[in-house]
Amino acid sequence: MASIILFAPLIGAIICGFGWRLIGERAGQVITTSLVFLAAALSWYIFLTFDGETQQITILRWIESGTLGSEWAIRLDRLTAIMLVVVNSVSALVHLYSFGYMAHDENWHEGEHYKARFFAYLSFFTFAMLTLVTSDNLVQMFFGWEGVGVASYLLIGFYYRKPSANAAAIKAFVVNRVGDFGFALGIMGLFFLTDSIRFVDVFAAAPSLAETNLTFLWTEWNAANLIGVLLFIGAMGKSAQLFLHTWLPDAMEGPTPVSALIHAATMVTAGVFLVCRMSPLYEYAPQATAFITVLGAMTAFVAATIGLVQNDIKRVIAYSTMSQLGYMFVAAGVGVYSVAMFHLFTHAFFKAMLFLGAGSVIHATHHEQDMRYYGGLRKQIPMTFWAMLIGTLAITGVGIPLTHYGFAGFLSKDAVIESAWVGSSFAFWLLVVAACFTSFYSWRLMFLTFFGTSRANGHEAHGHDAHGHDAHHHEPHESPMVMLIPLGVLALGAIFSGMLWYKVFFGDEAAVRGWFGMEAAAHGEAHGETAAAHGTEAAPAETAPAETVATEAAPAEAVATDAQAETTLSGEFQADVSAAPKGALVMLPFTPEEQAVVDTRLDAEKAAAAEHAPTTIINAAHVVPTWVKLSPFVAMLIGFAMAWLFYIRDPSLPRRLAAQQRPLYLFLLNKWYFDELYDVVFVRPAKWIGGFLWKRGDGDVIDGSLNGVAMGIIPFFTRLAGRAQSGYLFHYAFAMVLGIVILVTWMTLFGGAK
Amino acid sequence: MENQLLSIITFLPLVAAVILALFMRGDDAAAKNGARWLALFTTTATFVISLFVLFRFDPSNTGFQFVEERQWILGLSYRMGVDGISVLFVMLTTFLMPITIAACWSVETRVKEYMIAFLVLETLMLGVFCALDLVLFYLFFEAGLIPMFLIIGIWGGKDRIYASFKFFLYTFLGSVLMLVAMIAMYMDAGTTNMVQLLTHDFGSETFSLLGFQVVGGLQTMLFLAFFASFAVKMPMWPVHTWLPDAHVQAPTAGSVVLAAILLKMGGYGFLRFSLPMFPVASDLLSPLVFWLSAIAIVYTSLVALAQSDMKKLIAYSSVAHMGYVTMGIFAANQQGVDGAIFQMLSHGFISGALFLCVGVIYDRMHTREIDAYGGLVNRMPAYALVFMFFTMANVGLPGTSGFVGEFLTLVGIFQVNTWVAAFATTGVILSASYALWLYRRVVFGDLIKEALKTITDMDRREKAIFAPLIAMTLILGVYPSLVTDIIGPSVSALVTDYHAALPADGAELAMH
Repeated sequence: MASIILFAPLIGAIICGFGWRLIGERAGQVITTSLVFLAAALSWYIFLTFDGETQQITILRWIESGTLGSEWAIRLDRLTAIMLVVVNSVSALVHLYSFGYMAHDENWHEGEHYKARFFAYLSFFTFAMLTLVTSDNLVQMFFGWEGVGVASYLLIGFYYRKPSANAAAIKAFVVNRVGDFGFALGIMGLFFLTDSIRFVDVFAAAPSLAETNLTFLWTEWNAANLIGVLLFIGAMGKSAQLFLHTWLPDAMEGPTPVSALIHAATMVTAGVFLVCRMSPLYEYAPQATAFITVLGAMTAFVAATIGLVQNDIKRVIAYSTMSQLGYMFVAAGVGVYSVAMFHLFTHAFFKAMLFLGAGSVIHATHHEQDMRYYGGLRKQIPMTFWAMLIGTLAITGVGIPLTHYGFAGFLSKDAVIESAWVGSSFAFWLLVVAACFTSFYSWRLMFLTFFGTSRANGHEAHGHDAHGHDAHHHEPHESPMVMLIPLGVLALGAIFSGMLWYKVFFGDEAAVRGWFGMEAAAHGEAHGETAAAHGTEAAPAETAPAETVATEAAPAEAVATDAQAETTLSGEFQADVSAAPKGALVMLPFTPEEQAVVDTRLDAEKAAAAEHAPTTIINAAHVVPTWVKLSPFVAMLIGFAMAWLFYIRDPSLPRRLAAQQRPLYLFLLNKWYFDELYDVVFVRPAKWIGGFLWKRGDGDVIDGSLNGVAMGIIPFFTRLAGRAQSGYLFHYAFAMVLGIVILVTWMTLFGGAK
Repeated sequence: MENQLLSIITFLPLVAAVILALFMRGDDAAAKNGARWLALFTTTATFVISLFVLFRFDPSNTGFQFVEERQWILGLSYRMGVDGISVLFVMLTTFLMPITIAACWSVETRVKEYMIAFLVLETLMLGVFCALDLVLFYLFFEAGLIPMFLIIGIWGGKDRIYASFKFFLYTFLGSVLMLVAMIAMYMDAGTTNMVQLLTHDFGSETFSLLGFQVVGGLQTMLFLAFFASFAVKMPMWPVHTWLPDAHVQAPTAGSVVLAAILLKMGGYGFLRFSLPMFPVASDLLSPLVFWLSAIAIVYTSLVALAQSDMKKLIAYSSVAHMGYVTMGIFAANQQGVDGAIFQMLSHGFISGALFLCVGVIYDRMHTREIDAYGGLVNRMPAYALVFMFFTMANVGLPGTSGFVGEFLTLVGIFQVNTWVAAFATTGVILSASYALWLYRRVVFGDLIKEALKTITDMDRREKAIFAPLIAMTLILGVYPSLVTDIIGPSVSALVTDYHAALPADGAELAMH
C-alpha cells in the first residue's frame, strides 16, 4: 500500500507530462488528480490504522560501494504516516483547486498548452516529497530533498517568460544548494563515523557519537553536535530559516497553488521533518539543538517583523510561513519533536488554506496581488472571505484559554510556546512577540482585503497593461466550486485538526509515546507492553545485545504489496546503545543539570500535583505557570487590537507612523536588506572573481607563461610544417614514432636489462 | 573467437576505415551517405560485439580477462586484456561511437575522411583501454591524438590552428616525460608486460638527484613523469587551458568524443599506472593532487560563471567534474575510486549530451554565443526538456548518474581530508549557479530575437541520438549497482593492494 502511495503520483506525472498529447490535456489533469486523491485516501487509511510499529519495505538496490550501502526503500513509522497525510491531502486539494485557478492564465497566449505541464510538475513534486518522507536512509532522503528542489525550481519558474520568475527560480535552487552543502557534508560525516547511512544504524550509533570527537576542518568537534549542525544547515535552506531564507519570498513568483503546496504546507517543512527524523541523534547533541532553538526563534521573530509592512498579499503569507517554520524549529530544538510535528500538521492545513484563499482573491481581482488595491471584497467574494477568516483565526491562535478548545493554531502554537518556556526563555519571549506580530499582520491582511471600501481604482493606473481581456474590467467574482471545495476541506482541518489530535501530539507523555511507537520511557515503568510483534533485529548482529528482542515473524498484514521484501524493523531502546531506538522519535528525560534549571521555571504547585513528574520536556511543558499559558493569547489580542486600530478605526495611522519612523519602516519593507547584503557579499564577488580568474588566471598567468615558451616553438614548427593546415600533425606523428623507435632500439640493444 | 574478442572490437573500426579509404570513391551524395552508413554500421557492430565482452565478463575475477598474447615485431609482445577497471571504459567507447557518428550526419565537407578519422580514433581509444603492454599502450595513447588533431584542425572553427597548437604543446611535454618514464620502468623491471609491472616493486628509497633529496625515490620520479601526461589529459588545474579552446574550435562530434572518452584516458592512466605501480609516491603526493582537484572544482566553476560562449562554459564545467575524479582516485578508498570511475562514465554520457545540445542549436544558428539565444523553449519544447534533463544531471541531481559519482568521491575524500571535502563540496553550489544561469539565458525568457523566430525543434534523428544517453543517465542514476557490481571487486583489490604496499614501504622509508 505504501508503494502505491509513493508511485501513484509519479505514474500520474509521467502519463500527464509525456502523454498529454495523446490523451489530451484534460485527461492528463484528471489522471494526475485522481491518482493523488487515491494516494491521499490510502494515506489517511494508513494514518488512522497505523499501530506505531516501524515497517520497512525495500524496493531496489541503490548506491553501493564497499561498506556504503543504500536502497530505495520505504520506512513507515508514525512520522512518515503524518507526512504522508499532510503531503497527499494538500497535494490532492491543490490539484483540484488548480483546475479552476489555472483554467485561464493571462501569462499564456491563446492556444498554448501549459496545464498538462503544470499538473505533471505538481505530481512530480508530490512524488519527490514522498520519497523524502518515506526514505529509510539519508541518501534517499537527499534524493527527495533535491527532487523537491527541482520541482520547486520548475514551478517557481513556471512562467518562464517572466525574467523575475526565472531569477526567483534560480535563486531558490542555488540558496537551497547552500543548505544542501551542509546536508551533504553531514551525510559524509555520518558515514565516516558510523560506516552506514541507513537510519537504523545511525540511530543505533547516535549515543556513542555523543562521546566521539571528530576532526573537521580546523579543529576537533563533538561528533553528534557537528553532524547535528551540518544537517541543520540543510534544513535551514529547505525551510527558509534565517540567513538562507531569502529565496522563499521570491518564490511567490510561482502560481499560487504552488505556493500553497510547496512553499507553505510541504516542501518547506522538510527541514523540520529532517530534524524530527534525526531526533535520536539530536537528543545527544545539546549544542546543536540549542543552535536550532535560537535560530528558529530569531527566524520566527524576524520574519514576523518583515510581514508587518509587506503589501503583496502572497509575500505577507510567505513571511508568515517562514515565521511559523521558526516556531516548529524551536519546538524541535527544545526537544518536543511531537509538538514540532503537531504545528507542522496543523500549519499545513491553515497555511495551505490561506494561500489558496489568497489565490482565490487574486483570481477574483484578475491577478492583482497588492493589498493596497483591494478593499471591501467581503461582499463580492463571501465564500473566500469566510475561508480566509477561518484561516486567520487558526493562525493567530484563537481559542478558549486554558482549555483544549480552539482553532488548530491555538493548540499547536500554544504547545510550542509553552514548551519553549521550559527549554529557552530567550526563544519564549521572541515567540510571544512574534505571536503578537502574527496576529497583527494576519488581521491587517484581512482588513485591507475584505473590509473598508474598494481601492481598486488605483489599480488601473498602477498595474497591468492592457491585454484586451474583457474579464479584466469586470467586478471581482467568486471563484468556481473546484476552488471553493478545497478551501472548505482545508477549513475543516484548520478548525478541527488541533482539537482532534491534541492528545497524541501534546497530551500526556504516555499517549504521545504510544502514538509514536516509542518505548514507554527509557527510565520508565510500562516496559515492554507495546513490544508485541518484532521482526528481524536491525542492528548488526554482533553488537546487538543478546537478550533484547526475540525475533519473530513480521506481521503478515503489514503492507501487503507485490513480492517485495518486507521486514519489520525494531530495536528496543534500552540503556544499551547498540540497538536502534524503537518508534519514530526519541525523547530523552532531562539530565540532572537540565532538571535543576527546568524546575525553577515551572509552577511548583502544579508540578507537585501533576500526574507525571516533569522529568521530560513534554511533561514539564504542561506545568508551566499560568501566565505563560496565557501569554500567546494576550499577544494575539494585542495584535488584533492594533490591526483594528490601524486599518479600521483610523486608516491614516499606518502612513503617519511609517513617515515618522521612516528608517525602521524602510528597514522592514526592504526585508532587513538581506538581499542587498548577499548581493554585495556573495553574488557580485563571485562573478567578479570568475571573470578575474578567467582573464588574469587562465589568460595571463597560465597561457601567458606558456605562450612565452610557445612563441619560440610555434614559429619553428610552422616553418617546418609549411602551409599545410595539419602540418604540425605529421610532426607529432613523427615525434611519436621517434619515441617508439628509441624505445624499441633500447630494448633490442639492452633487452632484459636486469 | 572468445580469446580474440578484444582484438576484434579494437580493430573492426580500423578495418572499416581502411575499406573507406581504399574503395570509397567520389564526392557525390551517394558516396557521402555510403561513408556515413558504413561508419554507423561498423561502430554499431563494434558495440554489439563488445556486449559479449560485458556479458562474459566475470566481475568476481579481479585479474585480467579475455587476455591475448602473441609475439609482435622486434621482440615486442602484443598483449590485450580487460579487468573490472577498464572493461566499462571499453563499453563507454563502443556505446558512444555510434551516437557520435549519428551526430555528425549533417557534416558535408570531406565526409569520407571525417568518418575515417572517427573510426581510427575508436580503434586507438579502445586500444588504450585494452593494452597490457607498455609499448602498445604508448602507441595507442599517443596516436589517439592524431585523429583528434585532424578533427579539430580540418573540421574545426576559425581559430582551429591556435587551438590545436595549444593542445599539441601541452600534450607533447607530457608525452616526452611519459616516454622517458616508460624506458626507466623497462630498465628497472626488465619487461614491458603491464601485468608483471603491476606486481613489480618499484624502488622508493630516497635518493639524491642534483643535490635534491628525492623522497619516494624512483617511484616519485616515475609518478611525476606519468602525472605530467595524465594531468594534461584529464585535464587538471592549472594545465587545463587547452581544453576550453579545443572544445570551442572542435566540431560537435569532436567535442563529444573529446569530453566523453579522450579525457577519461587520463583518469584511466592514474588508475592503471600511478596508483597500483607507484603506491608510495601516490601516497606521498596525494595531498598535492587533492588540492589541485579542489582548486580545479572551485576555480573552474567560478570561471564558468563568467563565460559567454556555451561550449567554453561546458568545457570549464568538465574540468570541474574531472576534479572530482582525481580527488576520488587518490582518496584511494573504495568509495573514492568507485566514485571516480562512476563519475568518468557518467560524465561521458552527460558532457557528451551537453555538447550535443550545443550542437543542435549551433547547427541552426551557427553561433555559440549565449547572448544570441533566449526563449528557445517557446519554439523548441523537446529541446528544452532534453537540455533541462542534462543540465540537472550535470549539477549532480540525485536520480541521475551525475549524483552517484560526485557523492561517492566526496564520501571517499571526506575520510581522508575534510578540508578538501568541504572545499570541493562548494562545487555543488557553484555548478548549480552556472548551469542554471546558462539554461535560463538560452532557453527561458521570451523569444524576442528576430533570428530565432523561425528556429525549429529537434528532428527525429536528433531525438534518437539523445534517447540512449538519457536512458543511461537515468538507469545508472537509479540503479548504479549495474556499474559498481562490475568494478567493485577490482577496485577493492586495487585499494587493498595499494594500502598493503604502503606500511611496508613506509617502514622502509623510515629506515633510510
